[in-house]
Amino acid sequence: MVVLSGDWIVRQTGIEASAAERLLTTRSASTLSFEAAQLGRWDSALIVFLWALRAQAAKCGVAFDQAGLPPSARQLLALAPVDVVPVAVPTAHQRLPERVGRQAIAGWSEMVEVLALVGESILCVVPVLRGRAGMRRSDVLDCAWEAGIAALPIVTVVNVLVGGILAFVGAVQLRRFGASIYVANLVGVAVVREMAALMTAIIMSGRTGGAYAAHIATMQGNEEIDALRVVGIPVYDYLILPRVVALTSMMPILYLYGCAVGIFGGFVVAVAMFDLGAATFIEQTRSAVNGYQFLFGLTKSIVFGAVVAFAGCRVGLRAGRSAADVGRAATTAVVIGIVSVIALDALFAVCANALDI
Amino acid sequence: MDIGGDHPKLGVQALTVGYGKRAVQQDLSFEVKPGSIFAIMGGSGCGKSTVLKALIGLLRPSAGTICVNGEDYWAGSEQHRADLGRRFGVLFQSGALWSSMSVAENVALPLRMFTPLDNASIDALVRLKLSLVGLPSDGARMPAELSGGMRKRAGLARALSLDPEILFFDEPSAGLDPGSAARLDDLILELRDGFNTTVVLVSHELPSLFTICDDGVFLDAETRTAIAHGSPKAMRDDCKHPVVHAFMNREGSRGSNQTKGDADGSG
Ligand SMILES: Nc1ncnc2c1ncn2[C@@H]1O[C@H](COP(=O)(O)OP(=O)(O)O)[C@@H](O)[C@H]1O
Ligand SMILES: [Mg+2]
Repeated sequence: MVVLSGDWIVRQTGIEASAAERLLTTRSASTLSFEAAQLGRWDSALIVFLWALRAQAAKCGVAFDQAGLPPSARQLLALAPVDVVPVAVPTAHQRLPERVGRQAIAGWSEMVEVLALVGESILCVVPVLRGRAGMRRSDVLDCAWEAGIAALPIVTVVNVLVGGILAFVGAVQLRRFGASIYVANLVGVAVVREMAALMTAIIMSGRTGGAYAAHIATMQGNEEIDALRVVGIPVYDYLILPRVVALTSMMPILYLYGCAVGIFGGFVVAVAMFDLGAATFIEQTRSAVNGYQFLFGLTKSIVFGAVVAFAGCRVGLRAGRSAADVGRAATTAVVIGIVSVIALDALFAVCANALDI
Repeated sequence: MDIGGDHPKLGVQALTVGYGKRAVQQDLSFEVKPGSIFAIMGGSGCGKSTVLKALIGLLRPSAGTICVNGEDYWAGSEQHRADLGRRFGVLFQSGALWSSMSVAENVALPLRMFTPLDNASIDALVRLKLSLVGLPSDGARMPAELSGGMRKRAGLARALSLDPEILFFDEPSAGLDPGSAARLDDLILELRDGFNTTVVLVSHELPSLFTICDDGVFLDAETRTAIAHGSPKAMRDDCKHPVVHAFMNREGSRGSNQTKGDADGSG
């Protein structure tokens, strides 16, 4: 006979599940029955206790007679499965090596997946670009506006600053050798060959690649993609091609623009802070930068644009269907975009070196 | 409109569907007669939407055949499947309107893609379909500006755009208030009578099942197969299987199940 008395409120008295175990191991009885006349207010605390008691009783072969319990408690108890013991699950406290190991495995498999995606994206760019244009012109124009004109402010800000920083760092060093004049060469070559294409691609993968992934993942969650498939509208032509085309064609334009404002940033810093003559700067830049270097940067920017757009779309199409998946898709797309752009840039640098461009 | 002769509109045989290696439903066989309204019933999570996905070509069955007008739907090429699929209209659980287009463009897109019609005829058809579903003046609005019920109606207009032979619905009345749900039921009946369309619908809304369905199949989550065939009314009155009996004779009116329908979001 168990006498239940007083209040059993989770917030006030806590949960006594482990008491059930003690109760049955310390005493031997053949039947468990209850007396609830003095029972005060109760909530889940009581039910958890009774549940544990019932499980324990079943284990020890003790009969569990619930006749003495309040009817509502009996009803709740009937809902709970008989065989699960509601003891508090020991919090999964992983040791440090275990946690590090798990993290490493997860990180590794994520990286493999990212690399697979990057490779797939690169391989897929070609057939998609060659594919027939089943896309709507208005979609391309919308995407192009979003990926081009709308991105101008941030492309301006970042490239001007990068040009300025290059000029500043370069000038401080070069002045020690009395070679300040070459700051123009430095800014020109760095911006045209590397920074304009790279910075613009990084901006676009944060801005546009992430947006593509989020948009397509949202469409996935809304069953919009299923609806396209059912009608037989090719998802690649309809969703991916316009985006890839838009970003791939906008990127070179943004690159050229980025070159211009980047050199302008360097110009302002060099002229205003290091007393370089404006005409000298322009003359030096003209002599340092040639058409091949523009061609090199232009090629890179086209490839970057295609890869960023493709990675965004692929990640979006692969996303799950919940709201959290949308956010995850956006983050993944940005990470993949940035990593693959930088990796490709390194590859370009190596190739250029080998080919002596 | 029936070109299948004495074939059933949709014939399903020994169908097994699932994700990866896990079978969600096994060994299903049923036939949908031309012009009937066929219900796929069962509790939440028993695999109704999964079966529907196999029927409309979104999920390849692990085993079994699905025949449309006697033609094996999954046997042919993707192109063949797409051609057959153009005779389907599907209303997804959430409407699934293409969010970057206005309602009218949503309805017009399949027509633009798959018919040689000129813009004027397409406009006329779009206006007709939107009026049929009761949205005559909402064509210019974007999907995000519509209420849940209107979105479903617009989705229905889009499903009707190519004059389908079979209309599929995934939980048409889930998430709708009782009035809208009843109006949607009436609309389904009218469309069936008007166009002699065959309708396959997934639902666990008892009132609409009893009002509109002529035939159906009951899927069970435990045994993972069909445990009853026949019209929902007959199941309610005659079926001895305890699960079916309990399901069909559940207390409560329309709305009692609304939250369940919503909660099973992935659908
Ligand atoms: N995309 C998916 N991948 C894996 N399992 C899924 C997927 N969608 C649904 N399921 C599982 O398949 C089962 C049936 O789901 P579903 O067909 O949506 O049920 P219903 O529509 O009858 O409520 C559920 O157990 C669900 O967890
Ligand atoms: Mg469902």
